[in-house]
Amino acid sequence: MNSSIAHIARNTFREAVRDRVLYNLIAFALLMTGAAILIGRISIGIERLVVINLGLTAVSLFGIVIAIFIGIGLVSKEIEKRTLYTVLSRPVKRWQFIVGKFFGLAGTLVVNTFFMAIGVFAALLYVAHHFEGSDAWVLVALYFIILQFLIITALALLFSSFSSPLLAAVFAFSMFVIGTFSEDLRGFAGLTEGFGRWLTMGVAYVVPNFSALNVISSVAHQQPVEGRLILYNTAYALCYAVVALSGAVLVFERRNLK
Amino acid sequence: MNSIRKVSWVAGGLLIACLTTSILLLQSIDGLRSESTLEEVLYIPSGKVLKRMSLGYEGLLADVYWTRAVQYFGDRHRSGAKDYALLGPLLEITTSLDPHLLVAYDYGSTFLSPPPPNGAGQPERAIKLTEYGIQHNPNEWKLYYQLGFINYMDLQNYAAAAQAFAEGSKIPNAHPFLKVLAAQMAEHAGERQTAFMMWSAAYQTATESSIKANAAAHIRALQVDEDVSTLERMVAVYQQKIGHLPISFGELQTAGLLRAMPIDPLGHPYKLMADGRIEVADPDDLPFITKGVPPGYSPADVPKFLPTD
Repeated sequence: MNSSIAHIARNTFREAVRDRVLYNLIAFALLMTGAAILIGRISIGIERLVVINLGLTAVSLFGIVIAIFIGIGLVSKEIEKRTLYTVLSRPVKRWQFIVGKFFGLAGTLVVNTFFMAIGVFAALLYVAHHFEGSDAWVLVALYFIILQFLIITALALLFSSFSSPLLAAVFAFSMFVIGTFSEDLRGFAGLTEGFGRWLTMGVAYVVPNFSALNVISSVAHQQPVEGRLILYNTAYALCYAVVALSGAVLVFERRNLK
Repeated sequence: MNSIRKVSWVAGGLLIACLTTSILLLQSIDGLRSESTLEEVLYIPSGKVLKRMSLGYEGLLADVYWTRAVQYFGDRHRSGAKDYALLGPLLEITTSLDPHLLVAYDYGSTFLSPPPPNGAGQPERAIKLTEYGIQHNPNEWKLYYQLGFINYMDLQNYAAAAQAFAEGSKIPNAHPFLKVLAAQMAEHAGERQTAFMMWSAAYQTATESSIKANAAAHIRALQVDEDVSTLERMVAVYQQKIGHLPISFGELQTAGLLRAMPIDPLGHPYKLMADGRIEVADPDDLPFITKGVPPGYSPADVPKFLPTD
């Protein structure tokens, strides 16, 4: 990786740690401990399911909130504090700044997810007393969640490159919501005719598809994930993140920073 | 005391006082709205709509609704309630959100089907729930067993029960007793032995302690009903032979009708009454029995299960 990008990525990670982003792990640990201990007492027969469903949902939601709220401030905070000018006065290109920020936040989210995954498996071991072969699919679900984070981080950067932090947060969250409905949108497009059909279909393909990246329910039921889906989802998430990141670079390159 | 310390004391005092008051107030509010929270849950009664609103996290939402259903049933059952109006919708939402949540069909139909106070008394709804489960999980033999069980126990539809067991027995890895039950259903549907087999199968397949205890209590009740019928027949034979009613089981033994002192499944001796009836020592310890109870006895609203079950 380009050394400037690596440098910015490292600093972004450090800044996130300094901002106590990883403190969310405490809340996560409490949540998992509570669920693992209490659920057997208040429900019937779903201890294992709850640990996986709750654990993976929490990993996903915590990460998406971090991706959006840190991602939208990555550019605007640097402009506000005027540190961006110091960075860009060095031999650092604008695109390197954006890509470095992306890798820094993505790295933070991967580290965060790693520790949360340890929590999920510890809670699973506590309620089930042993691991099963099918628990490996939980790792696939966690991998898909990380792919979601890459897309959301890139989108948050894209929106923050041209709008205020508040608007960028609204846009990024809206994309997350719409993205979870993208398969439904394609279904609706099939029911409409003419221009409406093309428009809906266009929107459905342009917005990110988060539904295919969500296999939480199926892995909770120990259902395997097809190898081709892992491959296609990986390629799709990387392509989409590159699209959003390229958009962010295009906007940021032309932005008047004076 | 400097001003910072003074403010800290006041703020700390206010924090504790207001937190305590808010907890007390919340308890009073809960008292005013005992069931409204759960009814509010059903403001969106469509599982499909909830699935959309869950933003892809429907698995967790299904677990939440299942827990609500368990809590609702448990609370109503403990209080001896006869009305379980919200149970069906809660289970239907749960299974719409997660059609593969087998526990919701398995235990859910066990909650829905039996007549009150043991269940909601909605066997048709339980059948629909189980059929929905089979539709989405066609390879789960336990669902066919559950369907047969409801048809047999609560609807006395022996043909449908036999069909469910027979279909379930065709599934790979199905428990062999499904074939036996299907055959038994075809020939001896209404017999006590068949009911005994059904509850024994329920006891063997249940993993949840309360469901197991319920099955064990039913098995004991069937045993008591069988014992009481047999003993009363012996008393009738004795009366016919000797010309008067026996005053103790000893007389039945002397007459060669009985080998030993008869005891119920809990180890307590049966009582021979002056009018020739047979009674159990404590009918409250043997829920679901239909024979051997004193005249005018009405069973407890909440069946008493043994901690050893």
